[in-house]
Amino acid sequence: MRDGIVNVVIAGLGGQGVLTASDVIAAAAFLAGLDVKKSEVHGMSQRGGSVASDIRFGARVLSPMVPPGEADFLVAFAPEWIDVSRPRLKSDGVLIEPAFLGDDAKSLGRALNTAMLGALSAHLDIDENVWIEAIRWVLPKKLHEMNERAFAIGRSMASSGNPKEFTQDSALSTQD
Amino acid sequence: MTETKLTERLLLSGNEAIALAAKHAGVALATGYPGTPSTEILERLSKLGGPAQWAPNEKVAMEVAIGAAFGGGRAIVTMKHVGLNVAADPLFTVAYTGCSGGLVIVSADDPGMASSQNEQDNRHYAVAAGVPMLEPADSQEAYEYTLRALELSERWRTPVLLRVTTRVCHSKTLVRPSSNQPSPPAPHYEKDIKARVMIPAYARPAHHRLRARLDEIARWNETSPLNLMFEGQGPALGIICSGVATMHAMEAAPGAAILKLGVTYPLPMGLIRSFAGRFERCVVIEEGDPWLADAIRAAGISVEDKPAKYRFGELDVARVRKILSHDDSADTVAPPGKPPALCAACPHRASFEALKNLDCIVAGDIGCYTLSVLPPLEAMDTCVCMGASIGVGLGLRHVLPPDEARRVVSVIGDSTFMHSGITGLVEMMYNVPPTGHVVLLLDNGTTAMTGLQEHPGTGRSLGHEPAHKVDYEALARGIGIESVHTIDPLVEPGRLEVVLRECLAAEKPALIIVRRPCILAAGKIRQYEQARRQGASCDCATAPGSATHA
Repeated sequence: MRDGIVNVVIAGLGGQGVLTASDVIAAAAFLAGLDVKKSEVHGMSQRGGSVASDIRFGARVLSPMVPPGEADFLVAFAPEWIDVSRPRLKSDGVLIEPAFLGDDAKSLGRALNTAMLGALSAHLDIDENVWIEAIRWVLPKKLHEMNERAFAIGRSMASSGNPKEFTQDSALSTQD
Repeated sequence: MTETKLTERLLLSGNEAIALAAKHAGVALATGYPGTPSTEILERLSKLGGPAQWAPNEKVAMEVAIGAAFGGGRAIVTMKHVGLNVAADPLFTVAYTGCSGGLVIVSADDPGMASSQNEQDNRHYAVAAGVPMLEPADSQEAYEYTLRALELSERWRTPVLLRVTTRVCHSKTLVRPSSNQPSPPAPHYEKDIKARVMIPAYARPAHHRLRARLDEIARWNETSPLNLMFEGQGPALGIICSGVATMHAMEAAPGAAILKLGVTYPLPMGLIRSFAGRFERCVVIEEGDPWLADAIRAAGISVEDKPAKYRFGELDVARVRKILSHDDSADTVAPPGKPPALCAACPHRASFEALKNLDCIVAGDIGCYTLSVLPPLEAMDTCVCMGASIGVGLGLRHVLPPDEARRVVSVIGDSTFMHSGITGLVEMMYNVPPTGHVVLLLDNGTTAMTGLQEHPGTGRSLGHEPAHKVDYEALARGIGIESVHTIDPLVEPGRLEVVLRECLAAEKPALIIVRRPCILAAGKIRQYEQARRQGASCDCATAPGSATHA
């Protein structure tokens, strides 16, 4: 984390909720009182193509884009397209994929994204209450309960050191 | 708790920040045409309760804004970079006439072409037209510069270009809005024929006034608070930059001194000269064309330019590091991602399948349906600019041998047709190709590509309120087209191909309207229509003295 700045990249396909998820992360950093910048390319986002959103937060953020190979966290909503985004992650960065949720992934449906944010949150120094506030701020009221539950599942699985979540290094070694 | 925090600081995109500033500045009118990355400015302003409206195209938007500013109202007009090409005609002359109310033209450029057909650098327009230009670097500046641009516009009675780029428009960064903006003066008409009627006799002195005004603004800009200097560590490296490139540069070279130009036309050459002279090495870091570097060197100031390859695409921290370290290794190219595609249930699919089945030469246009060019459809042969499908199709028809000419079809979406397709239809009837022509108007009832905006053919305003709806069939008949057909590809599958075949064989000008709402918009359109019906019945019941309508 260069200069205390946390760099997160969320990658997926248009329509998967990448922009909403990045809004929640940015809102959490914002509500935690940090400087935050979030950047993505709109336009084609609803047409099923690859979409990535960069979120950076800390004491003072300059460029809104995470430099190549400097992401501390890569949250991949579309693991089948992970090769597109993997170069964004630094060598000891953390990759968060739906697979780490195991069988829970299917039952979560659309809230799967929020469970992955829960997993991300376990690595970050932002209070859990702030994350809940961010979810409530970004998502419509009728989705709060479901997403707060999904967030808690993801957070507790990541906190308990689930083996299915791995770093870039271990991910590379498993391909050998 | 959130509410309290929201009043202190906000997390806004650059577009949202411009909208907020427009609201705070008491803008009397804001107009534009949707185009990535500019679209959200007017949408947000409308949600804030501001006076925002879509025009059929950027030229009309610019003219409406000019009228508002002639009337003493503050006006903002928004568009993407290529939109300013459409609006360039009024731009160049409003630079002569000047304005009474503040007039700010927002040009949202798209270096890297995230969603555009070219990556033109609209800073050239500031020079070519002779209008001052401001370039914010983040949302805070997008907010502040919008306010300053209106003030500058009123002080010098000149339109001002607010030039933003994709990363400024669409990045969310913190904004602390300023409280209590002074109320703008109320609109009123000042008669000033010599300033407003650009016949040659009045335009000649107006051009002299324009140049004198730019000289004055250049002098003011030497000490403008919008140009910022950040001291570095010693005399080794100074960087001159503007816009979001400043953020990349400050991160890439934390020890360098930075001259960040906020007002980039007319440039403060004295300031630049004294800054550049202080450093052993002075580098210009800018996205797009070497615009700053060329202007600075033309003034006889020695600065280092970026290598030619950085003219292409966006800059980022890694690229700026490479520029500064003379590292000419190739950029790391990310593997190609999944390309966007027409939605699985897109009503446009049927049209392109029919065109493909009939082996048509398709002069295409700008919109979602341009995606039909990608495999597996690959059903589009040309795409140049908004509205070009009809003219390009006609040109092909005029020159190709008859067996090829008979296969040419122009394909245009409804919003693009409203934008600049109507004159193409007029041309089709005025200069009819020997083999006739066929235009396919794909009417999905929305401006889908930019995010489902309304237009004059949807019958709803920017805020989705009921508005007059253009009748394409009646319009076409009014122009003189006798062969006008309307087809719903869902209700009558297969009919499109039959009608298309007949129209091609008839060798007469024909318009086929393929009408079926965009699947992403259909649900919303039903809601708006329901609200309209409920609103209409309420109006009938409550309006005093109104007769009942069937």
